[in-house]
Amino acid sequence: MGSTHTTTALEHEHATHHDHSHHDDHHEESFVSKYIFSMDHKMISRQFLITAVIMAVVAMTMSIIFRLQLAWPGEKFAFINAILGDKWGKDGILDPNMYLALVTIHGTIMVFMVLTGGLSGTFSNLLIPYQIGARDMASGFMNMLSYWFFFVSSAIMLGSCFIEDGPASPGWTIYPPLSALPEAMPGSKLGMTLWLTSMALFIVSSLLGGLNYIITIVNLRTKGMSMTRLPLTCWAFLITAILGVLSFPVLFSCALLLIFDRSFGTSFYLSDIYIGGRPLDNVGGSPILFEHLFWFLGHPEVYIVLLPALGITSEIISTNSRKPIFGYRAMIGSMLAIGFLSFIVWGHHMYMTGMNPFLGSVFVFTTLLIAIPSAVKAFNYITTLWKGNIQYTPAMLFSIGLVSSFITGGVTGIILADSTLDINVHDTYFVVAHFHIVMGLSAIFGMFAGVYHWFPKMFLRMMNKKLGYLHFWITFISAYGVFFPQHFLGLAGVPRRYYTNSNFPMFDNLVDINIIVTVAAIIGALGQVIFLFNFFYSMFRGEKAPQNPWNSNTLEWTTPMANIHGNWPGALPVVHRWAYDYSKPGQEHDFVPQTVPLAEGEHDGGEH
Amino acid sequence: MKLLVLLAIILLIIAGHQLLRIIELSRGLKKTKEWQINDTDNDMMGKAMLAFMILFFLFFFWQINRWIDRSLPAASSEHGVKYDALWDANMYLISFVFLVTNFFLFYFAFKYRGHKNAKAVFYSHNNKLEMLWTVIPASALAFIIIFGLKYWNEIMSAPTDVNKVTVELYAKQFDWTARFPGKDGKLGSTDFRQIGGTNSVGLDTADASGYDDILVKNEFHLPVGREVEMLMRSRDVIHSAYMPHFRAQMNCVPGMVTAFKFKPTKTTAEMRQDPYVKQLMAGINKQREKEGKEPVEFDYVLLCNKICGASHYNMQMTIIVESEQDYNKWMAKQRALKTLASN
Ligand code: HEM
Ligand SMILES: [Cu+2]
Ligand SMILES: [Cu+2]
Repeated sequence: MGSTHTTTALEHEHATHHDHSHHDDHHEESFVSKYIFSMDHKMISRQFLITAVIMAVVAMTMSIIFRLQLAWPGEKFAFINAILGDKWGKDGILDPNMYLALVTIHGTIMVFMVLTGGLSGTFSNLLIPYQIGARDMASGFMNMLSYWFFFVSSAIMLGSCFIEDGPASPGWTIYPPLSALPEAMPGSKLGMTLWLTSMALFIVSSLLGGLNYIITIVNLRTKGMSMTRLPLTCWAFLITAILGVLSFPVLFSCALLLIFDRSFGTSFYLSDIYIGGRPLDNVGGSPILFEHLFWFLGHPEVYIVLLPALGITSEIISTNSRKPIFGYRAMIGSMLAIGFLSFIVWGHHMYMTGMNPFLGSVFVFTTLLIAIPSAVKAFNYITTLWKGNIQYTPAMLFSIGLVSSFITGGVTGIILADSTLDINVHDTYFVVAHFHIVMGLSAIFGMFAGVYHWFPKMFLRMMNKKLGYLHFWITFISAYGVFFPQHFLGLAGVPRRYYTNSNFPMFDNLVDINIIVTVAAIIGALGQVIFLFNFFYSMFRGEKAPQNPWNSNTLEWTTPMANIHGNWPGALPVVHRWAYDYSKPGQEHDFVPQTVPLAEGEHDGGEH
Repeated sequence: MKLLVLLAIILLIIAGHQLLRIIELSRGLKKTKEWQINDTDNDMMGKAMLAFMILFFLFFFWQINRWIDRSLPAASSEHGVKYDALWDANMYLISFVFLVTNFFLFYFAFKYRGHKNAKAVFYSHNNKLEMLWTVIPASALAFIIIFGLKYWNEIMSAPTDVNKVTVELYAKQFDWTARFPGKDGKLGSTDFRQIGGTNSVGLDTADASGYDDILVKNEFHLPVGREVEMLMRSRDVIHSAYMPHFRAQMNCVPGMVTAFKFKPTKTTAEMRQDPYVKQLMAGINKQREKEGKEPVEFDYVLLCNKICGASHYNMQMTIIVESEQDYNKWMAKQRALKTLASN
């Protein structure tokens, strides 16, 4: 491939433009303002990433603990006793209440802290200003607050694991009355209060971040960066942020009403309950109301998790296929369609709640509609590979892994969307398999892809390629090893959130499947040690990164290899073309950065 | 012992550190950087993608071959037969899509693995092609929606059989109670404030139609071939009445009465003779023998399928489906509430 493209003439027109205040004042920053209360999008991005990595390790360890219990119920594990102590892991046997608590915190951390806060927080922060040619986020201060709310929220969630009665345990969906009544389970006492507090702070963080991302993309695009030249990453972050801003407030009200019911005796979600040996005063509320409010966020949430990953891989697949992304406009169109439709499908989580069946039919229809833009995206990725010149960076491997898991998990969504078919697999392991593959794996793969690809921009060093390869293959193979067999547990009727399958004789013949799943999970978890090593080691000792290691077109690779305030030392770059001119006929190199002016008669946007 | 482990760990760290030093030093001598992707990498990874695909597909078929016989037996209810047919049709469809799209993905990943002298084709869109793959999934989905909703409306419609059996499933942490209406054919109304003592399901004592209601625990019976209307209630938190053999499920929500209807088509005795069920039970009993547990016979079960607390995993009830005569005999042995209370 061609040589590395370096700076453009524009960057030398120094000092003529002063469109941002502090990009060239060179005062020494204090440690605190540089590393802790930083308002720089690049530092905030790294803070989000490292916090998310730590949270992911915690959540993964939890999954190993409860997987051990599921594969070998009643067996004694010194490991479990060592981690949980005598109260929750007496003799090395996991306590049933703790099982539910671990499942709940695992799910909550994975969905919210890792794949919402971590994924969007890291990459929206890093890439939005870089890729649209802005000095920083619209509000650095709000951005800093966004991280610190996230940090406190994560800390409370972790802290709640160490209290007397244990953390929240009604599942990550926290359906009342289970979550509302301290009599119902130990996890509905203080642990639940902390969960709700943590989530309220998380929502604040997410809103501060989201508003900032939207405003930045809308207002701070550099000259020439029209919306139709915007890289798909930024499109994805924009739509994600809009979804978050519209849906998280609903979760907030949902949680607030639950707090009222828990602490102030209201009855939004409670009616006709007899528990702890006495009838409760609450009448007139409805737990179904909670479910509607929760899933009004909950469904968009899965796209909040997924879209950034899809945006990241669009960029990586195009760059490393050395081809334009196929159907750029269709990709935007399908993301917009997915974004819109994701607000009117929430009822597919509620077919079996006693909701009016006619309402169910409407949700069947809208849900299956959303499969169409999703299919278009998958086909477009595959066509982008076709006749490409694929460069197998670790990021590219994970991106292809994402497309595979997006398809494999997506097709079972068609079954679950069909209210009739949902009757028998709702809340079984079939669902666990589906959402882990389509949401968990795809988003995690997207996150890994992003880390490998943009590591040089974040830490100015390169990650080790061979370790990256090893990490990918272990992760990819074990991931399917964990989640594919779970479909078969679902076909046998195994419900989710069961502490053990051994109390129903009908599940006795599934022991070997559960063991395969757990063994694969352990191998996968060990594989992550390779990543952790590579990540932290490369941060300090990796090879120095050149300016544009992947020969990429987007603007972030025109910034100097130093984390400077304001991103570009001189004037902001001017954009002349879309981001996907890879292998364009008649060009010297197989990539043409967005800052290169169009030649006479040259067309933009994929025409030539 | 602990000291030895500590020592071993320290030695390992030192060895690791030395190894890294050597790698780092040798890095300086090489012309190409470790992170740069060369043709060997591309070739290896491209081929690995193809190999993965083959293994993945083999794994897929291996699992089906090995585990599909552990799926639930064919449905034991009238609507369940249609459910199964719809399930199969959808499963074939999505398995086909899964195989074909994954094939193209991994095959292209292999075929177009990079090469120093290769150049990608600049191909940015094709409206016809994109239209094609919007329309094809759309029509497949139309088929799914039409059949899905047709069955859904049938399943969820109000019961029509004049001869129907009515049962109430009452859920609480952590067990089930089934309530039959007794001779008058009417379930007595309820009031959660009156729960307590022998009134475990909260019958309204002012309503005389509840006096002959019949409450059973652990096991209840149903006649074969008659429509069953199930009403569900909960005392405390949300539970879900899940009867997988009948393809039946409905949440039990405090403050609400939910419903599900179905018609059992096979008796428990018939199921025990069914060849598929026999092989299923053989597998189960083989495993039980290994664990030193008693062998079991097939039974229909009711499970709780909505997280409801510590013993969620153990909320069970057995359902016996039998002939009309046997059902009537069983029913005759049950005692009405009023007589229970007066004891
Ligand atoms: C390390 C690999 C992982 C393993 C072995 C694993 C395993 C599990 C298991 C066994 C459950 C409990 C299922 C049940 O009883 O209902 C579960 C729940 C869950 N997992 Fe994972 N998981 C992993 C990674 C992830 C990832 C990456 C995500 C991100 C989306 C995720 C999200 C969830 C959610 C949302 C739940 C539901 C929690 C609840 O029921 O409240 N998991 N996981
Ligand atoms: Cu959804
Ligand atoms: Cu229950």
